[in-house]
Amino acid sequence: MSEPLLRIRGLRKSHGSRLVLRSIDLDVAEHQVVCLIGGSGSGKSTLLRCVDLLDVVDDGTVHLGATELTDPRLDANVARRRIGIVFQAYNLFPHLSVLDNITLAPRQVHKVPRKQAEESARELLARLGLADKAHDYPDRLSGGQQQRAAIARALATEPELLLFDEITSALDPELVGEVLDVVADLKQRGLTILMATHEMGFAREAADQVCFLEDGVIREQGTAEQVLTDPRHGSTRRFLSRVLER
Amino acid sequence: MEQQPTAELNQPAQPSGQASPGQEYRPSPLQQERERFRRTRKRRNSWIATLCTLAFLLAVGAAAVASPGWDRVHSLFLDGAEFRRTLPAILSGFLLNIQMFLIAEVLILALGLLVALVRVTRAPGLQPVRLAATLYVDVFRGVPTLLLVFLVGFGLPALQLQGTPTQPWVLGVIALVLSYGAYVGEVLRAGLNSVHPAQRNAARALGLSEAQTLRRVILPQAVRNVLPPLLNDFIALQKDTALVAVLGPLEALRVAQIKADFAFNYTPYLGAALLFIAVTIPLTRYADRLQRRAAQRTWAEAGA
Repeated sequence: MSEPLLRIRGLRKSHGSRLVLRSIDLDVAEHQVVCLIGGSGSGKSTLLRCVDLLDVVDDGTVHLGATELTDPRLDANVARRRIGIVFQAYNLFPHLSVLDNITLAPRQVHKVPRKQAEESARELLARLGLADKAHDYPDRLSGGQQQRAAIARALATEPELLLFDEITSALDPELVGEVLDVVADLKQRGLTILMATHEMGFAREAADQVCFLEDGVIREQGTAEQVLTDPRHGSTRRFLSRVLER
Repeated sequence: MEQQPTAELNQPAQPSGQASPGQEYRPSPLQQERERFRRTRKRRNSWIATLCTLAFLLAVGAAAVASPGWDRVHSLFLDGAEFRRTLPAILSGFLLNIQMFLIAEVLILALGLLVALVRVTRAPGLQPVRLAATLYVDVFRGVPTLLLVFLVGFGLPALQLQGTPTQPWVLGVIALVLSYGAYVGEVLRAGLNSVHPAQRNAARALGLSEAQTLRRVILPQAVRNVLPPLLNDFIALQKDTALVAVLGPLEALRVAQIKADFAFNYTPYLGAALLFIAVTIPLTRYADRLQRRAAQRTWAEAGA
């Protein structure tokens, strides 16, 4: 196998006195979808935030390609341009229209001319089924539409790596599908995705790798099929039975 | 929409069941009775409100008129002829108040914004400026505005620096800007801090720099959040332009004072007061409306 796109080694992170990530080793190869599963508070979100440099790690390394993201000498803004993140709570900018939300980073950060940025934004919106929402403000959209707009915003800068932080957890059940369809489409297009999720069904269908996090370490890691249907670790089995019972 | 004849539709239509809302809807007798009750209740309430207000005004009026000094107050403060005679002069003085208000407002916004931005940024090179801004806010919020008008009005010219303005109204504006700049700076800073940290994260995650994040994401939301309190400060500023009277420029209060001293009648003060009210009441209503709209928006965003 070639060099992984994302390589995490010995990642440690605590919030105050609470040790959230004890020691994480994880590789994400290009064009792969890797799902992080685990109970709430198991460190999935923190792991993603550390990769996007929104949290400063306590120890260990994160490499994106040949770049060490955890190097404090690195310009975080430059590194972040290569990564897109979508949050559980969408976090769209409420004072900007959907179109402006999407074109903000291309225009401000990548200096793409307005016309060109809006053209690609409209293409993105059409692909995500939001063609008629370009000029609406986020508060006029349903949760599913907002989350798809947030995905469009993250895609607009053409990142090498996408991070999805429980992007369906805040959605009504009937809206989860429309967002997961978008993720499946991104997988088809060969994007590299690291996502924290509670959607076991989706993970089984779409993920190349599934990692089960508990107590700040990856307890079990393998193909989706193996981890979800034939877990080797007792704690994975207990977690899955708890989740699937619901 | 035109209906296609399908197998289901060929069957006899089901009675009512899926009547479209708004069409041929008549409130049930129960609902009609409820609405009748609500109408009578509403009528009764507005009667009570009107009667109580009238009674209150009557009582206050009667108390004022019955007070032992009423005749004196009436002739000293409510002299119709004096009012008509002095109002034009006070009004032309009031234009200077408006002028001071408009100029000060722009400068205050600029100064306040600068102070707020300096205080929220974390650039290490700005540490001395940050300290200066904090000191400025601490000092100028603590000094009474009237005292500041005296200090600037008489102190600044005494320095005899090159280019120091000497016109009293300009000195007055400087004092007002210094005083209100500190307040507005704090309001704007509160606004900047009121924007949810997730917004900053989202912007930084897109690769926006600190400055771009502040300008494109944080500041627009901050200003929107603090617009009502900001307007409140400007209403107060509009009134406080009268403090400049102590420096002697012919603004409304000063003119009224001259007229009052001349005729030994205080009615001109009432005229000046009415002029200030004529400006502040519409401003206040406007601020109220903004506040209401902000509240509605907050509810909408909360998904209520």
